[in-house]
Amino acid sequence: MLSCRHVTELCSQEQERRLTLHERLLMRMHLTVCVGCTRFRKQLNFLRRASQRFFRPPAGVPQSGSTPRE
Amino acid sequence: MTDGRSAAAGIGPELEAIYRDMLRFAELQLRDHAAAEDVVQEAVAAAMAHAAGFSGRSSLKTWIFAILKNKITDVLRTQNRTIPLSSFVDDDDEREAIDVLFNDAGAWRTECRPSEWKNPEQALVDEEFWKVFEACLDHLPPNLARVFMMREHLEFDSDEICARLEISTSNLHVILHRARMRLRKCLDANWFH
Repeated sequence: MLSCRHVTELCSQEQERRLTLHERLLMRMHLTVCVGCTRFRKQLNFLRRASQRFFRPPAGVPQSGSTPRE
Repeated sequence: MTDGRSAAAGIGPELEAIYRDMLRFAELQLRDHAAAEDVVQEAVAAAMAHAAGFSGRSSLKTWIFAILKNKITDVLRTQNRTIPLSSFVDDDDEREAIDVLFNDAGAWRTECRPSEWKNPEQALVDEEFWKVFEACLDHLPPNLARVFMMREHLEFDSDEICARLEISTSNLHVILHRARMRLRKCLDANWFH
């Protein structure tokens, strides 16, 4: 069984490379019984989406930084 | 001339803040104050030349940062030297920041276990959230911020980052992991709870 610590590292790695079949199976087993890591993985996915939006915002979507007076 | 002046006076403090942020971002990526100043001036000049192209749909800051980002990427790519990442592996603070979250068996400590984030999708359309998000990015330690930005903002691929910073792929993954852990924790503390 993988530790939570190891699983959190795999969650990050997932965003950088394809996990091996072995890694994916072990991770899935862990996630089935671990609510902390399940949430962590969802939150990391959210973070990825937020980063993408932040650095490449679609037009018309509110972002931080005020609009200039025109 | 008068119109330009009064418009400039109106957004003076805002421009100063944007300028400071531009300089900080450029310094983080280029590790050289003079080079950072140069690239920021170029971006400012380009922004002025293309002011007609700014429709106001995104914020001024987002727009000008898009210009700055391209300039920085050009500089990094035309430079032939690498700008190595300093003292990465020996970063005890960073390792410890993660160590404290887990017990000896590698399981989440009870008080550190992630709790549910309610309605995260709502956050993405909330201006206040983006302020918190930006603040969390600003609070990343410089070594982590630089790499995270290269990846997520400048969109360099892994190989290029590793070559430029003279780090291995596994080093890169560790750095990105540390950055994400910090960001997650920051958002958790400052937005979702």
